[in-house]
Amino acid sequence: MAWLKRHGWLVAACLVGLALPKLATMIGQEFYISVASRVLIWALLATSLNLLVGTGGMVSMGHAAFFGFGAYVVGIVALDAPQWSSAPVVLPLALAATGLLAFAIGSVCLRTRGVYFIMITLAFAQMLFYIFISLKGYGGDDGLPLAKRSPLGALKMTDDTVFYYFVLAILAACLVVLARLRDSRFGRVLRGIKDNETRMESLGYATFRFKLTAFVIAGALAGLAGALMANQNGFVSPNMLHWDLSGTVLVMVILGGLGSLWGGLAGAVVFMVLEEVLTAFTPHWQIILGLILLGVVFFAPRGIAGLFARKAQ
Amino acid sequence: MTWILFLEQCLNGLQFGLMLFLLVAGLTLIFGIMDVINLAHGSLYMIGAYLVATFTQATGSFLLAVPLGLAATAVIGMIIEVLVLRGLYKRDHLSQVLATFALILIANETTRAIWGLQALTLNVPEALSGSVQLLPGLHYSAFRLVIIAVGLVVAAVLYFVVVRTRIGMLVRAGASNRQMATAMGTNIKWLFTAVFGAGAALCALAGAMLSPLLVVQVGMGESILILAFVTVVIGGIGSMRGAFIGALLVGIVDTFGRAFIPPMLKTILPPALADAAGPSLAAISIYLLMVIVLFWKPQGLFPAGS
Repeated sequence: MAWLKRHGWLVAACLVGLALPKLATMIGQEFYISVASRVLIWALLATSLNLLVGTGGMVSMGHAAFFGFGAYVVGIVALDAPQWSSAPVVLPLALAATGLLAFAIGSVCLRTRGVYFIMITLAFAQMLFYIFISLKGYGGDDGLPLAKRSPLGALKMTDDTVFYYFVLAILAACLVVLARLRDSRFGRVLRGIKDNETRMESLGYATFRFKLTAFVIAGALAGLAGALMANQNGFVSPNMLHWDLSGTVLVMVILGGLGSLWGGLAGAVVFMVLEEVLTAFTPHWQIILGLILLGVVFFAPRGIAGLFARKAQ
Repeated sequence: MTWILFLEQCLNGLQFGLMLFLLVAGLTLIFGIMDVINLAHGSLYMIGAYLVATFTQATGSFLLAVPLGLAATAVIGMIIEVLVLRGLYKRDHLSQVLATFALILIANETTRAIWGLQALTLNVPEALSGSVQLLPGLHYSAFRLVIIAVGLVVAAVLYFVVVRTRIGMLVRAGASNRQMATAMGTNIKWLFTAVFGAGAALCALAGAMLSPLLVVQVGMGESILILAFVTVVIGGIGSMRGAFIGALLVGIVDTFGRAFIPPMLKTILPPALADAAGPSLAAISIYLLMVIVLFWKPQGLFPAGS
């Protein structure tokens, strides 16, 4: 019983996650299944950024670069090399390609710290944004529509419910891996660097390598999220690399809870649900969203995950 | 003929750089003194532009509308400082990012609610709508010359205030060592509010001067905010000299990039490729500049306190 008490929220979240398509079908709003897939993809993106910002203390304002790049990998492969466009090929490809990109960008950005790091990651994202706008062969400004979702064996990926479970499985797998990673030596060193980098350096850790590794993992996972979003929307566009998106994900992470394993998921769910509910309520919903965010800053400084943690204690 | 085009672009770059400086001066002071990342700085620029456009329509005089708009924006800025930012000084940068992001949402949506979705357009004041012959063959818009003049005068006044006056001394003391300034008895509280109000007025001035050249619309603040942050980082956070040189550098590189990169590409690349790559490369130029500067000097060109 003690286990259930401690992990009650986890069990509830899993049950809701698994039952959601059934519930949506029951109330006759199948439309919400694809909304839920989108929320889960946002959650994956926010979780990847949380590894960087929350665990590693590296505030990136350019995370959209990796998200959009992963999406374009799917789009470009579907256009130029359709024989490779099945999910078991293209998703690892997106993961690897974005990881490489993150390695290159991170090697430069991690020379700087603090606000300079925020701005240089933003600069790289903006550069990629403009580069993809200029690629007329891949749609330029207008973006690139995909003919179909990346096929996966006998699974009917075009079915929104099947795709939802596919995304849910990937998110769950990533969360399990990240949970292990947080408790590993790597995760502890990373948190040590966040608290005091000089101390970790004097203790003999090659902090740059740890930070770069975290940057690559976060970038690659963001690329995976982008690849999934390309599949979900059947469309890729330069807007997926826009700094607006980087800002929104960062807000989700802070809202959910920095450094908490569930922060990204909680932030994405609450942000998207708020948006959904408030839009129905008033056309000027952004004012209310803004006020709520201000409320979070002043009254719940550790985000939603922080609220739950306090209750549990 | 090409050197005339070159001179013209120099003036354009100078004009853009000086307007950028108005924004960056406030941003870098707020950052340097209060250690606050204010994402909502661009919103003050937008609010200033909207107010000046509205006052111009109401009074019929741009000259009268500018001081009115500046004063109103300064008051709005000080209200925001007292209500929201004051609570953020001791918080980490991420809380500031979230809170000022929230302010952007509120400002944009409120603007949309008051002025609607339609963008406002403002004509160049009639007396300044002509062009002036600067050199044989070089005609330049009178209004843009006024913008350059205003920018130079404000830069000079700011320099005088920051370097030669008591208030400026307090501001510099706050920027280089906040705790020490407080310990020496500076009333940081009112100083912050005053600096924030002044920064807001400078934003409004930039918004006012640029509003006849651009369209006044929701979202104008965010696009220029990024440029302003790039400038702050290139110049070095908290440094006025860095802000000035950074702004001119960004203004000129951006203007030259847009004017000269596309035609230059056309001479070395096939036309279809050059047409596609030109505008993007031009848009990338300032980010490239920033990456190069930061790679070479990770603290910007003129780190404050050095």
